[in-house]
Amino acid sequence: MKTIRTMLKNELVMSLRGMDMPIFAIAMPLVILVILGAVFGQKPAFDGAEYTFLEQSFGGLATISICAGGVMGLPLLISDYRAKRILKRYHVTPVSPVLILFAGGLMYLIYAAVSLISLFAAATVFWGFRMRGSIVVFLVGWLIVTGSMFSIGILVGGIAKDAKTAGIITSALYFPMLVFSGATLPYEVMPDGMKAIVNILPLTHGIKILKCATLGLPMENIAAPVALMLVIAAVCSFIGIKFFKWE
Amino acid sequence: MKTVIRVEHLTKKYGSHTVVDDLSFVIKEGTVFGLLGANGAGKSSTIECILGTRKYDTGSVTILEQDPLKNRKKLFEQIGVQFQEAKYQELIKVKELCEVTSVLYKNPLDYQELLTRFGISDKQNNFVKDLSGGERQRLFIVLALIPDPKLVFLDELTTGLDARARRDVWEILSQLKKEGLSILLTSHFMDEVEALCDEILILKKGKTVFYGSVEDAKTESGKEKFEDAYLWFSDEEEAEYENN
Repeated sequence: MKTIRTMLKNELVMSLRGMDMPIFAIAMPLVILVILGAVFGQKPAFDGAEYTFLEQSFGGLATISICAGGVMGLPLLISDYRAKRILKRYHVTPVSPVLILFAGGLMYLIYAAVSLISLFAAATVFWGFRMRGSIVVFLVGWLIVTGSMFSIGILVGGIAKDAKTAGIITSALYFPMLVFSGATLPYEVMPDGMKAIVNILPLTHGIKILKCATLGLPMENIAAPVALMLVIAAVCSFIGIKFFKWE
Repeated sequence: MKTVIRVEHLTKKYGSHTVVDDLSFVIKEGTVFGLLGANGAGKSSTIECILGTRKYDTGSVTILEQDPLKNRKKLFEQIGVQFQEAKYQELIKVKELCEVTSVLYKNPLDYQELLTRFGISDKQNNFVKDLSGGERQRLFIVLALIPDPKLVFLDELTTGLDARARRDVWEILSQLKKEGLSILLTSHFMDEVEALCDEILILKKGKTVFYGSVEDAKTESGKEKFEDAYLWFSDEEEAEYENN
């Protein structure tokens, strides 16, 4: 327990020094929230809607930090620790290198949770945000989406042949998902043709789950996205762990 | 005297290329053993096979009377390892690296005392990447000693250091030897090997070309200086002429 606590503390301190995560996982979602709040205020999502545009976008905003940690941070951390042979060094200690990766994953989970809480607080205080559905359903959905995005990160970090390749794959996944799956640019403002294309991005479906939970829409809408997220989580983590390159 | 490492007929192949060929040696408790040879002779592969981070094809390895492929958790409580060209996180400080290394072991030594002993306690709050070459190598010795090991592996610890810093490292190592620590090291500096090693093994393309003491190496090769003896065994001299 002390081992994992010290590792986690160290990872957090280093990542705060690096500033990437505070910017991409904490500040950025808040900035987008403020922009959406400034533009749409407490306007309804559409004429006659019972919920506001901001409430409709909340689920998407909550995934920005999940993506930053899972799809960008985690694979870069894994490939960096492999390239620097830090993982190999753990192989000649009493502790498995899995533990240091676990500490890294835990750190990104903490960032995602801090982002969620800060978004929730800011949206509630400034724009009268209300969780219209069940908070429990939302949190379960959030965990499912997190599991799925993190497993993509494990896959990329686990099998990319070097840090450079991991960086390229990471960018190719992270930026399109960030912009085109409704995390930053709301899905509803996209033209129909574009919606069809963005539906191939897994995060688009993850956001549907969170949106549905936030707005209290009927659960049957999200059975398919939940199944998809679980399949992605299972397949990616299975392949990532099975073919994990330690060096 | 007890045996800390016993290697018998160790062979490691990459495809059809044999990097370690039928290697056998014994390291006794409290001695310094030098594994020598040109780059690519198989030194690091040998160390990795012994440590179990690489699988060998045939032969057997015993460390501290145990099989390093089993019981790793217990065994590595007693072993300190410094790999060649070790790198650490870009943004980690000396103190943090020592701390996170300490928590891996059940009964670690006090790293503050080790840092003080090796003259780098004032560098605790520096980034590891900002240390000078000599300071970094001293830190690496500290890290290898944190488990309070019976045996340490030091792969090319002094490569890249200036003469002064190398001397400092030697002094530290001879002191540790006096305290009863067993050391397996690799080095390209024959003065260092001569000063530190009780026994040496010279590898050439994975094969053992000499195994014994520094004195034996000089006698057997008929050379006065150990460096000449080393070159005679490893044939680096001939290779150099060819290149000229």
